[in-house]
Amino acid sequence: MTAELFQRDRVWQPPAYTPNYKSSVNRSPNLAPLSLEMTQSELTAPRFGHDVIDPIDCDLIRNYAKTGDPIGERIIVHGRVLDENGRPVPHTLVEVWQANAGGRYRHKNDTYFAPIDPNFGGCGRVLSDAEGRYMFRTIKPGAYPFRNWINSWRPAHIHISVFGPAFAQRLITQMYFEGDPLIPKCAIINAIPDQRAIDGLVAALDLNETIPLDTIAYKFDIVLRGQRSTFFENRPEGN
Amino acid sequence: MVQSLNYLKETASQTAGPYVHIGLAPGAAGFDIYRKELGHDIAGPNAKGERITVTGIVYDGIGAPIKDILIETWQANADGVYPGAGDVEEGFVGWGRAISDFDTGRFTFETVKPGRVMGRNGKLMAPHISLWLVARGINLGLSTRMYFSDEADANAEDQVLNLVGPPERRSTMIASRDGSTYTFDIRVQGDNETVFLDV
Ligand SMILES: [Fe+3]
Repeated sequence: MTAELFQRDRVWQPPAYTPNYKSSVNRSPNLAPLSLEMTQSELTAPRFGHDVIDPIDCDLIRNYAKTGDPIGERIIVHGRVLDENGRPVPHTLVEVWQANAGGRYRHKNDTYFAPIDPNFGGCGRVLSDAEGRYMFRTIKPGAYPFRNWINSWRPAHIHISVFGPAFAQRLITQMYFEGDPLIPKCAIINAIPDQRAIDGLVAALDLNETIPLDTIAYKFDIVLRGQRSTFFENRPEGN
Repeated sequence: MVQSLNYLKETASQTAGPYVHIGLAPGAAGFDIYRKELGHDIAGPNAKGERITVTGIVYDGIGAPIKDILIETWQANADGVYPGAGDVEEGFVGWGRAISDFDTGRFTFETVKPGRVMGRNGKLMAPHISLWLVARGINLGLSTRMYFSDEADANAEDQVLNLVGPPERRSTMIASRDGSTYTFDIRVQGDNETVFLDV
């Protein structure tokens, strides 16, 4: 069990009701959430190990390849999983999913007419290392239209899911790419009220970590809620 | 001026979107990629306690089933022990992923009924399963707890249930039992809205 977490900043995080992103209108609670003091139910979380996660899982260029490499710009996405204290979050599960280079998802419900890439599944997973570092190899996803307003487009993005050692740290977000002109137009991104929080979702081009003549790199750090460093009397175990 | 606290800020959440299954449950998206998909077996073969099925539908604000919901579940074993907090049976994960049927919206998962876990200040909590809901249109995952209708005494003294004011609202967190199946419908918005937790 971890120490108690910092309170989640509900002004920094996107609110539930963001009418410019239309799907939120009928899927946002009207009533205020009930704030809890944390218990074991919030401060424990599942652990995953190398018995279930394979090394190939984080290589989206190869983990579904059938006849060759997928089409698209070869990229590395790397960074660290940290908490709000700046401490690494080691050995935690990071899962990603994305569209292919044409902006099409391998999903039975995606009907966009960009073609499916036979060599691209579009998902990966990896455990952060002892210093919280993680890395994926993939191809850069394409932008795609979505049904919001009649002319709404998603900037290129990778969906990212992270665990952390406490279930109340559970987070799903999306990573964007430095310089994408669609970022300031996107209704889903603009659900986030604070520009600094939006900037935190934009991965920086990282020429130091490219593989010359092979693969370009982007760096993206993920920050989970911090853990308090001290226990006071009112600790979750009681007395 | 004062010193800077130098804390980082939590990464902003974004919707899991309609294609969350690709990443978290690729089999449901329609393809097979991993040696083992996560979240299908909560209790494992050796878990003590009563085997139960939980099923329900998540409804939106106009009463329509949310057919692309993904729910993560987290619970203690029958002795009230969470994995990582103490010894549990070999194969007991305590965590699972339930995906609604794309046509009907119904989700179902199988597990064992959890035991009571020590809450704050030395008071036991009523048996419950923590749920976390993500989908298109949900900007930040929604947290709630599912309690059990046949635990009336424990529920009556549960610290979290007692924080909920009106009893009608409390009942939105209690699954109803029929045989070994519990039904737990979730209403994200509107009439009889489920109590969601800021954990
Ligand atoms: Fe997407």
